[in-house]
Amino acid sequence: MGFEHYLSLLIKAVFIENIVLAYFLGMCSFLAISKQVETSIGLGFAVIFVLSITAPINWLITTYLLKDGALAWIGLPEINLSYLNLIVFIAVIAAVVQLVEMFLDRFSPTLYQSLGIYLPLIAVNCSILGGSLFLVERKYTFIESSVFGFGSGLGFFLAIVALASIRHRMKYSNVPEQLKGVGMAMLLTGLISMAFMAFSGIDI
Amino acid sequence: MAILSKKSRSALYDPLVKTNPISLSVLGICSALAVTIRVDQALIMTGAVIFVLSTSNTIISVIRKYIPSRTRIIIQLAIIAGLVSLIDQVLMAYMYNMSKQLSVFVSLIVTNCIVMGRADAYAMQNPAGNSFLDGLGNGFGYGAILIAVAFFRELFGSGTIYGISIIPEFVYNLGYENLGLMVLSPGAFIVLGLIVWFQKEIWKEKVK
Repeated sequence: MGFEHYLSLLIKAVFIENIVLAYFLGMCSFLAISKQVETSIGLGFAVIFVLSITAPINWLITTYLLKDGALAWIGLPEINLSYLNLIVFIAVIAAVVQLVEMFLDRFSPTLYQSLGIYLPLIAVNCSILGGSLFLVERKYTFIESSVFGFGSGLGFFLAIVALASIRHRMKYSNVPEQLKGVGMAMLLTGLISMAFMAFSGIDI
Repeated sequence: MAILSKKSRSALYDPLVKTNPISLSVLGICSALAVTIRVDQALIMTGAVIFVLSTSNTIISVIRKYIPSRTRIIIQLAIIAGLVSLIDQVLMAYMYNMSKQLSVFVSLIVTNCIVMGRADAYAMQNPAGNSFLDGLGNGFGYGAILIAVAFFRELFGSGTIYGISIIPEFVYNLGYENLGLMVLSPGAFIVLGLIVWFQKEIWKEKVK
């Protein structure tokens, strides 16, 4: 499979099947952290970071440890541990978040300062777990899942920064009292989602 | 209702409208939007969430005195993940088609903020009985919104409710068409946004 295949997968993950706008994953933090542009950028980068790391790791774990017949390499071909997927994924994500946090603290204090508070939040962000679950369901290869992980993270980043910027402008508009906050954010997300759907014809 | 004390009653009824987890606390939206294309999906999803929420609340409340506060998140996650794996396996065994349609969203109940949120905010401080009722109430509150969104999306998107045609044939002959947008993701956002608006508008005094 050539370069075009991966490029098309990337574009699909970022725009057409955006993890927030088409699959609704990570909505909680998407709505809660989109009040200010700076914080949304911080969270966006943290999601790209963690998703690009956890997707390939979880692929390796499912393929070589958990999948039906995955343990054939140590002589146990009839064992199927796929019901453990969920618990293992959560453990891996929590561990990776913790590791990334310690690593950043040691080697890049500035980045740690800016991502610091968002990293723990990410452990329970559905988009990270969802990314790993999707790559099992869609039977991606190793490179495909890396590309998919990065693309989904980038999609989340674009969506949350777009929403934060619009919400920033909305402060100056005349919104009905009861619609302020969540209601308006929902309607805006609907409109952004519609805009992203315009990409759906693209095929490379 | 003399069976329940005032506190138990508020644990059960408040989340239905007054402190509804989805529309007012904005928790657990992820799954709420994804499985609302049809009412039957929403019903199964509600059942799964009510089961997980009430059971996890009860278990965590029973062992709350033995959970060290530093590792409580991990312990709560482990209990919830176990329950979710259980319900996922049950769905796969007895309702295979439905579990295919719900795909990853049943597993994603684990990261549903309602479950974690109630475990941490309510079950850790309250006795098992009330925690169970709180889980039930929040589950039903979640379900009410889920089914409301699914109702409108299915009605306008496919012209059916629970798979039964509602809009009569002659209306289509007059030129009525199903609104394709409702089936797609923007429809979910817009319907939920409007529901939140109406809810706040109607219960203005009660809701803060």
